[in-house]
This record gives sequence, structure tokens and C-alpha cells, in this order.
Amino acid sequence: MTRRLGAAATFAAAVMLLGTAHAQIAKDTIKIGVLADMSSLYADLGGPGSVEAAKMAVEDFGGSVGGKKIEVVSGDHQNKPDVGASIARQWFDQNGVDMITDLTTSSVALAVQEVAREKNKVILITGAASSDLTGKACAPTSVHWMYDTVALANGTGAAVVKAGGDTWFFITADYAFGHALERDSSEVVQANGGKVLGSVKVPLNTADFSSFLLQAQSSKAKIIGLANAGGDTINSIKQAAEFGIVAGGQKLAGLLVFVTDVHSLGLNTARGLQLTEGFYWDQDDQTRTWSKKFFDRMKKEPTMVQAGVYSAVTHYLNAIKSANSIDGPAVIKQLKSGPINDFAVRSGKIQDDGSLVHDMYLFEVKKPEESKGEWDLYKQISTIPGAQAFKRPKGNECPAVKG
Amino acid sequence: MFDWVHISLPPAQALFGQLLIGLINGSFYAILSLGLAIIFGLLNIINFTHGAQYMLGAFCAWFLLNVLGIGYWPALILAPIAVGITGIVIEQLFLKRIAGLDHLYGLLLTFGLALIIEGLFREQYGSSGQPYVIPPELQGVRNIGFMFLPYYRAWVIVASLGVCLATWFVIEKTRLGAYLRAATENPVLVQTFGINVPRLVTLTYGGGVALAALAGVLAAPIYQVRPQMGSDIIVVVFAVVVIGGMGSILGAIVSGFALGLIEGMTKVFYPEASNTVIFVIMALVLLVKPAGLFGRAA
Amino acid sequence: MQQTVVTRVWAAGLLALAILAPFFLYPVFVMNALCMALFACAFNLLLGYVGLLSFGHAAYLGTAAYVTAHAAKVWGLPPEAAIPAGVAVAAGLGLVFGWLAIRRQGIYFAMITLAFAQMVYFIALQAPFTGGENGIQGVPRGRLFGLLDLGDGLTMYYFVLAMFLVGFAIIMRTINSPFGQVLKAIRENEPRAVSLGYRADRYKLLAFVLSAALSGLAGSLKALVFQFAAISDVYWTASGEVVLMTLVGGLGTVLGPVVGAFILVTMQTYLSQTGSWVTIIEGIIFVVCVLTFRRGIVGVLAPYLTGRRASAEPLPEPPPAVEGHAQGLIEPAELR
Repeated sequence: MTRRLGAAATFAAAVMLLGTAHAQIAKDTIKIGVLADMSSLYADLGGPGSVEAAKMAVEDFGGSVGGKKIEVVSGDHQNKPDVGASIARQWFDQNGVDMITDLTTSSVALAVQEVAREKNKVILITGAASSDLTGKACAPTSVHWMYDTVALANGTGAAVVKAGGDTWFFITADYAFGHALERDSSEVVQANGGKVLGSVKVPLNTADFSSFLLQAQSSKAKIIGLANAGGDTINSIKQAAEFGIVAGGQKLAGLLVFVTDVHSLGLNTARGLQLTEGFYWDQDDQTRTWSKKFFDRMKKEPTMVQAGVYSAVTHYLNAIKSANSIDGPAVIKQLKSGPINDFAVRSGKIQDDGSLVHDMYLFEVKKPEESKGEWDLYKQISTIPGAQAFKRPKGNECPAVKG
Repeated sequence: MFDWVHISLPPAQALFGQLLIGLINGSFYAILSLGLAIIFGLLNIINFTHGAQYMLGAFCAWFLLNVLGIGYWPALILAPIAVGITGIVIEQLFLKRIAGLDHLYGLLLTFGLALIIEGLFREQYGSSGQPYVIPPELQGVRNIGFMFLPYYRAWVIVASLGVCLATWFVIEKTRLGAYLRAATENPVLVQTFGINVPRLVTLTYGGGVALAALAGVLAAPIYQVRPQMGSDIIVVVFAVVVIGGMGSILGAIVSGFALGLIEGMTKVFYPEASNTVIFVIMALVLLVKPAGLFGRAA
Repeated sequence: MQQTVVTRVWAAGLLALAILAPFFLYPVFVMNALCMALFACAFNLLLGYVGLLSFGHAAYLGTAAYVTAHAAKVWGLPPEAAIPAGVAVAAGLGLVFGWLAIRRQGIYFAMITLAFAQMVYFIALQAPFTGGENGIQGVPRGRLFGLLDLGDGLTMYYFVLAMFLVGFAIIMRTINSPFGQVLKAIRENEPRAVSLGYRADRYKLLAFVLSAALSGLAGSLKALVFQFAAISDVYWTASGEVVLMTLVGGLGTVLGPVVGAFILVTMQTYLSQTGSWVTIIEGIIFVVCVLTFRRGIVGVLAPYLTGRRASAEPLPEPPPAVEGHAQGLIEPAELR
């Protein structure tokens, strides 16, 4: 029996060796890790598109900085914080990764941020939403790049209230991100003179929102705020259309909607939806030029997460060049020292708590007759200047900065 | 410490609407658990692939519409047939080989197949979901006083009741059904009567799978057509089948609708628990009446 | 005589491999594999030796992880107190769930355990102290007995290895003891064992609690290794993975679960970049294993390496009581 034992152990060891045997790479490459949801709920808004965006950024930068080659690696965190954290840990410890980006899904971003804090490595978060990342969980080597729940609330929330939607009912995804989004949006609604009539928390992986929509309907609130994302938002909107909610006079406010969600819904269902994003492919010539290059590779238009990855990687490489160092704190200092301005991020400046304050935009989904192409989905209603968009309500500040 | 257990009370009028919605969800549970119960009853296989086959039905309908231009009504017939055929292939290639072995293997094999199918579709189609438009004849809502009921959802209830009753009728009241039931009890004897039992088994598996696919087609316009739609629902459907009694047709139908109602009620009073309440009920049923509500005593 | 020498050589080689591992492999990865291996061994105790398929073992893994994480982080307990706390709670949970579930057989037993695990998952998601979806992060590893700093990778590794060997030894002793023989008897033919005077329920419950406790040990260790207690540790997919590990490695063999665990952890780590292909390959492995490889890797390789006869079907096909019926885990039911 022990012989079986030995045989099996050898076999197991061989498998392990085969699977993971590579010595640590000597430090003459700069490695950028794109840690995203590659295969599940949020794969379309970040995922392989983000990896491609990172590669584009590296290519456009020239492929090397300070004599060192730049390499892009990618990983799938599957929306699980523990998976994300252990990939990040291994990347930092074992594979010589210097910076991690994308990090869609707030719980993963929070977990990876802890690892980054421990190891003093840079992470540039373009995918996650929760404002806690620059609030109570803030970390010195982390930048929250494209958007956060505060900006979404200040954008869509304020705009909708000002347009007359002063009573709200929230349909909230029952986890950290949903709670944060509902909290920040409620604050904005109330600050602008509106009232929150109620809310309902929907468990994860719920396909059918009809029951919750019915509750929203009977609340008689003028606005039904959707504090969820991805497939949840798509389902809620679809089913709201089915139950005649909009026809009955109530309006939907999608607090986090991406261009891929609208594309999936179709204009017939999503028409008139107001949303806040940090980037849209068809805003001006600059965005269109870059997006065309992205479209040629991915056959889809980019989301703000993917554009954000390109922007973040480019600025990161520039910062390395200027600071002449890949040391985490040094690069962050360099990033925070100047403005951030490119096709995706306008009039941007990284604050002490790590949030990149920049212009956000209020969009409205076009009616089918207004659209001239498969991805011609938004019309821009207004620009929300950074200071207004990212104005944070009291109570969720970064402890390191507050004092 | 228990302040997170919060329960809210809605107005009575809203309650009726919720009951109706629960009934609609129950329709899907009923059709799916019906298919599972049939397959288990005759083949003694716990068909974990059922969820993936439900997803295949939905994708088939989407494919028919968006690629071949074939609409919803023909899809209701074509998709179940197509997926049913793949079910027959699975039965011939895989399930036949493990007949007679411990049930665990059937479960694991079908679980593996489900992973493969879902993985392949996820690889191909991503996870954002494909849109499928409600057929024009069924669009629109009707104000029935306490809520706006979409015509399509009403159709779902009617269709699934019809399918369930028709299936129950075939199995209980027709000669074919009699052969099926006899073959469950004593296949050898039935074979000696000249009835081709292996073919009966194959067709039955195909039939159960076709039911799953039919549920998928019904679901396509109202849920997102996503690769994960099967795995999201399969564990709950298992619970329903167990509650109803694993080989019992009537049990599957009644439990499906009843549990849809109970889940709907939970969504009103304690929404966070709505995914878990079915398991609580299942545990209770198993402890009190292990063969399920309608199953024969073990 | 010859065999004992060969046995000793193998055992020494295996131990040497384990001791040297952190120097050429990423320690966290090997520790993860060891924890999962312990979990799979504990699960196999119930499935391979008692014949009870539990679909809810994630409940013990995850609960212990949460308790240990909370004890270490919030109460500041050192590891020698936090780990036993986790194990004790897992064992207690095993006692309660086991006592209720043992009353049923086969698939019903499996479904009850699944139901209990889902309830644990629900509580873990809702209760404030578990951190819901985020889990408990930033768990300190602490100093073992005030002396050994577990924050050091190497120290932690040897501690985990030692704990794994302890757990493994417990399982070996259990299997090879009279208690283990009775368990095997119960699995083969429960009515006969009962007729011989053995209280089958008591034995099954004891095995269940032991399995739950060791799963809890695996969970507690995992929480300290990753400094993280995650919600996925209590989700039913974790229960499914341990079934896969055991099946691939070899049901009812001693080292099968270890091999299966190492293979699965390696696969998941190595293939994590390939998107959905991990799922597809896991599915293919399931199918291939069930169709052709039922004895698992260890079960198949062992006869070639030891020269012994191939072992019988791991889950023995019981003699058909009624013609044409295949009994086993599930009682026959009738179409109504």
C-alpha cells in the first residue's frame, strides 16, 4: 500500500512540477497584469478587451521603457475575491508583475488592494465601482482610474432628480457594490431635495426581477433606481419593459450601465435610459480614432473600462520613464504630480486618496429611429466637470487623508 | 445579532401580483422537474445535464430566429426536437455505458457533460446574454386590476400547464405510458413481451431532454439567453424534484408550481432569502417524508 | 522483507519531496494544494469508506475558515487557538447536520447535505461578521505558540505540511483500525452489520463528524494561508470540486484524493488564463473518469507499480435484489 502511496506521490509531484516549473524571471522585463473577469458576468465590459487595450498601449508606447521590455500578462479572477487575491499575490511574489489593472468587480478590487498595500505595488483600477476603494479602504499605491459609485450617483442621480424625478425606489444587488451604489445615490437624491421611498435587495444570480419590479411599481415612486450592473441591469430593464412600467409612467434610472449592456438590450428596450459614463467611443474625433483601432482588433466598440486600461497603462509607462524607476511609491508620486489628459480621461487629476477626478458625461440612449449604426447608441446630454462629479458625501473619506 | 433578518409587509393588493409572478416562475420549475422526474423514473439517471439542455433550447430558439429567420412558434417545436436528438446521442454514447452502475456515476457523468456544454457556449458567446424578442402576437400588457400582466407571461402559465397535463396524460392514461411504467418496474419481463425496451429508454431520455429544451424556448424572451442560465436554475430544480418525489410525475408538477408560489412570497417578505427557502423546505421534507411529498415510501 | 525496504524508501522519498517543495515551487500554491488534499481525504473518508456521498462538505470547510479568520483578526487569537476554534465549530456543525442527515440514504442523504450547505451559504452571505461577498480579508497569521512567526513563507509551509500529515495520519489510523473495518462492513452490507450487533448509525455519525472536523482543519489552515476567508468556500461548487478531486484520484484509495487535489489545484492555477476552458476540461475529466477511469488515477496506476491485482470497482455494484433493477445509492422509485 505504501508503494502505491509512493507511486502516486511521485506522479503528483511530477504534475505539479510540470505545471508550475519556471524560475523567477530576472528583472529585465516590466510586467503589466490585466486581472479581469474573462469568462463570466462582466467579461464583455472588461475581459479580453481590456487585455487587448493594454497590449495596444504597450505597442503604441514603443514596446520598451528604459531599455527594458514590457510584457502584458492576464488572468481571470472569475469575480471571486479569493481567486483574484491569490493570483495577485502570485503575480507579485513569483512572476515579477509590477502593476495590475482592470480589476472589474468591487469585491475583487478591494481584496487585491489589500495585497497591493502589503507589497507596496501599484494597481490602477479601471473596472470596479465601489467608492470604498478610495474611502475607508484606500491604499497609497492604488489609483481608482475611470469611475466610481460617487460619480455615478452625482451624474445620473443628480440629473434625474433635477429633471423632476424626486421620488425614488431602489432595486439593489445584494452585495458590496450594490450597497455602495444605493448608499451614494440615496445621499445625492436627498441632497438634491428628493425622497427615497424604499428599496429591495435582490440576491445574486437572480434571473427574474418581476417580483421586485412589482414592488417598485406599487411604491408609486417616480424613479426606479437600478443599483446593479451587467446581466442584472439588463434583466431588470428588459423585464421592466415587459411589465409596462415605463408605459405606466415610472422611469428607470440605470445607475451603472455600459455600452455593451445597451448593445445587448437593443434600442427598442433601452430607449430613453439615462446613464453616466466616463467615455464613449463616438464622442469626438479623438475617441473615434482610437476606438476604430480597438474595433479593428476586437470587432466591438470599447467600453470605458477598456479605454481606461489603455489610458492607465500609457500614463503608467510615462510615469516610469519620468521617474526612472519601477518602485511603486515613486511611480505613484509621479502619477499624482501632474494632470491626466488623453482621449479617455479629460481634465483629470489624481487626488491624495487615489481617486482620479475627471470629466464624466451624462448620456441618453437613442431611440431606434435616431440610430445610424449597430453601435450608435448614445447621445450626449451634458458634461459633468470632475469636481462636481466626484464630490464625495461626508462619512466615507480615506483615513490617511482625512487627518 | 439577528437584526439582519428583516421582514417587510406589503399591501394586500400587491400580494396577488406576487402570487401570479410566483406561478409564472413555478411554470418553469414544473416543466423542468417534470423532465427530470421522467428521466429518473425510467432510467434511474440523475440528469444533471438538464440545466444545460434547457440552455440549449433557448440558444436553439435564438439561433433559429437570428440566423435562420425562423420565428418563435416553429421554434417551439423545432428546438425541442433538435435538442432531444442531441439527448439521444448523449444517451447512446455515454449513458448506455454506465447503466447498472451506482447512481453516483450517472450524476457525475451528466455533471461533467453540463460543464462541457456550458463551457463551450461561454467560450463562444461570452456571458452578456443574447436578446430574444417576445413574439409580436404576445406582446403587450393587460391591466387586470392588481397588476399589469404581460400577455407573454400569461401564455407561459397556460403553455406549461398544457404541457404538464399532456405529459401526465400520456404517461398515466395511454398505452405507451403503460409500457413506460411497466419497463421501470421490470424491464426484462417487458422485453419478453416483444417491446423494444432499449429504444423506449432512449426515446424517453430524448423526451425528457426535449421538455427541458421547451422550457428553454419559453424562457428565451423573458430571461436572458445566457450560457449560465442552466447552472443558475439546475440546483433549484433538483430541490423541487426531491420535494415532489424523485420518480413522481404528479409530484414534480405540483411541487414546481407550489414552490414557485412560495419563492414568490419569500421575495415579498424576505427577498434576500428567496434563493434559499427552497432548500430549507427540501431539508424539512427529506427529514419528515424522505421519498418526497408524492413519492412512494422508501 | 524486500517489500518493507521498498516501502521505507518510497515513504522517505515522498517526505523528502514534500520538505524540499517550497524551494522549487511557489509555497502558497503547494500549501493550497495540501489544504485541498486534506479536504479531499476527509471527504473520501465519508464517501470511499462509508459509502455516503455528501454534497455539502463545503459547509465545514468554509465555516471553519470564517471562524478561524474572525478569531485571528477580530479577537486577535494566536493560531494555536484560532485553528482549534474553527475545527471545533466545524465538528459541531457536522454533529448536528450529520445526525439529521444520517437518517436517510443515498441521493436523499446527498440532497439533505446540499440543503444544509446552502443554508450555511445563506447565513455566511447575510451575517454582518462574515463580510458577505467580500469575505474576511487581511487575516493575520500570527505567531505559533508565541515562537514561530507564521508570516514567514517557509515557516508557514512546514506548519501546514505538519498539520496535513497529522490529519492524514488520523485518517490512516481510522481506516486501519477496528472502527474502520466496521465502517467498511457497513458500506458493504449494512443490514448484516446491524444484525451482528453494530449500531450502524453511531458509526456513521462518528465518521461524519470526523470527516467534518478534518474538513474544518483544512478550511482553518486555508484561511491562514491566504489570509482570507471567502464566500466561495461555502458555495456548492466547492463541494462539487472535492467530489471531482476524489473521483479523479481514486475513490476509496488512501492517496487518491491527494493526487486528485494536486491535479485539480495545478490545473486551476495553470489554466486560469484560458477562460472557459478550465470548465470544459473539468467537464471532460469528469466524463472520461466516469466512463473509463472509475478507479481513478491511483486505482489504475497502483497495480502496475505494486504488481498486485487490480482492485474491484470502487463503488461495488450490489447484487440485484429485484431483477433488472440497479440499486445502489438510490432507492428504486416508481413512476406515478
